Amino acid sequence: MKKTLGLASVVVACASLASAEAVAPTDVTYEEGAVTTSLSGTPGNPENGAKLMDKGVGNCIACHEVSALSHLAFQGNVGPSLDGAADRWSEAELRGLVANAKMTFEGTMMPSFYRTEGFIRPGNGYTGKPVEGDVQPLLSAQDVEDVVSFLMTLKD
Amino acid sequence: MAQPILSQKTSPSAERRASREESVIKLASKSASYIALAAATVLAGAAMADPDEDQLVINGEIEIVTETKAPAHVENFDTIYSGWRFRSDETQAFEIDDFDNPGMLGVEAALDVWATAEGSEGKSCADCHGEPDEMAGARAVYPKWNEEAGEVRTLEMQVNDCRETRMGAEAWKYNARGMTDMVALLSSVSRGMPMNVAIDGPAQSTWEKGKEIYYTRYGQLELSCANCHEDNYGNMIRADHLSQGQTNGFPTYRLKNTKLNSVHDRFKGCIRDTRAHTYAPGSPEFVALELYVASRGNGLSVEGPSVRN
Ligand code: HEC
Ligand code: HEC
Ligand code: HEC
Repeated sequence: MKKTLGLASVVVACASLASAEAVAPTDVTYEEGAVTTSLSGTPGNPENGAKLMDKGVGNCIACHEVSALSHLAFQGNVGPSLDGAADRWSEAELRGLVANAKMTFEGTMMPSFYRTEGFIRPGNGYTGKPVEGDVQPLLSAQDVEDVVSFLMTLKD
Repeated sequence: MAQPILSQKTSPSAERRASREESVIKLASKSASYIALAAATVLAGAAMADPDEDQLVINGEIEIVTETKAPAHVENFDTIYSGWRFRSDETQAFEIDDFDNPGMLGVEAALDVWATAEGSEGKSCADCHGEPDEMAGARAVYPKWNEEAGEVRTLEMQVNDCRETRMGAEAWKYNARGMTDMVALLSSVSRGMPMNVAIDGPAQSTWEKGKEIYYTRYGQLELSCANCHEDNYGNMIRADHLSQGQTNGFPTYRLKNTKLNSVHDRFKGCIRDTRAHTYAPGSPEFVALELYVASRGNGLSVEGPSVRN
């Protein structure tokens, strides 16, 4: 009994440690568009990052072509190709681009994936109805780290 | 034949696009293989940016203007195009002959309704208006200011006004099937005529309101109509080839949902896709937006019911 309790409190301690380390969307510090510190405190997983590039919340390839993901059909060309992105940008710059590209490119069409404020008539997902409660960021802190770690593999 | 990318040189969006391509090329100079790749991308982009060169003649007799000089009040375009020019050859073909156009089934259904008496006055549309042909030209000038009512009216609003005040019948739901069918009938008899909505005089304040909505970046994705249909027409957003988002082809029969869609249905879908809280079909916001968007297409032929994917 005592043992179990001890384990449970360790788990609780870990969970609160992890969430304490995640930077809230409203607390992210941008330096000329770049974000130096990890948003989650946990290294990104590039394989999951690649998945987030596809449909769903990320859906980066709706607007970008990525040769490394050529198995995914219908890549858009509203934004530039992301091939070689890691040669053009540092990890901190890419983190800033994914979290809020408007800090790098003023007025860009690229959505802000780790932001929760300042929207006009935000909806409840794609239902067309108003959002209930607070707006959740399009990607979680860990999702952003995963996407960034995938982008870091895009070298020529 | 006009090249939108070149003819758009002065627009801020074209400049943005050009400078982006320039920066890709600059970066590419680092490696020869990348130059080839970048050049290919730029070329592919340019080719894709073109609406195609096809011409539309319906039933071998109704010539449809799908490309013309932009009206003066459209600031960022030199040339306007019907959405038809951005669709695949297979989708385009549906419009060449009315027998192949599934939207014409709605027109046929509305023909019956046109001649059917309804409401406390026991009147049909035909009793007052004669043949549907008598309505030729109406589609092209709607939304339109109605002096007596003191409001800008869409065709749907006008039809419902006739039903309620002249027939003593119940109003149809704004985007009900029967309503959209009737609008398709009214459009079909105006095909080939140039869109020509008035934006001055008493309609001006509504038009201004519509313009403001057009440039507002709605929803969690913060995208305005202009982001997609002005800055990026001709580009691909995932599997979709973006058009200028013109309304001359409405109602549109969409292969995706296999029915006729009203203008406001389309607006609703486009705003919803920005993860936004949309406006309702028939709302004052959408009426204003319809007037503004329609005015951006002044000069294109009425084409509805059209076929889109
Ligand atoms: C709605 C379209 C859109 C979506 C969706 C989008 N982007 Fe972008 N992105 C752009 C545009 C446009 C630019 C170019 C910046 C500018 O000039 O406005 C850009 C720029 C970038 C850049 C810098 C370009 C370079 O040189 O490599 C990166 C990196 C990037 N995006 C990554 C992403 C990632 C990762 C996602 C998904 C999480 C994403 N984008 C989703 C439109 C989009
Ligand atoms: C009792 C006679 C009457 C009936 C029945 C009637 N209307 Fe009308 N309609 C009118 C009159 C009168 C006007 C002109 C009203 C105005 O300008 O405000 C009009 C105007 C219109 C207009 C606008 C035409 C234009 O050029 O601006 C349309 C479209 C229309 N009617 C459609 C219909 C349809 C569809 C029906 C049947 C569902 C119908 N009407 C039934 C009398 C009628
Ligand atoms: C994220 C991009 C996006 C935004 C933002 C957007 N649309 Fe669209 N819209 C599309 C796509 C994709 C289509 C289907 C392909 C096409 O015709 O462009 C479309 C189609 C249309 C059409 C039908 C065109 C035709 O010929 O059938 C109209 C009209 C339209 N949009 C109007 C609007 C208006 C008005 C707004 C602003 C409220 C808007 N759109 C915002 C992506 C967008």
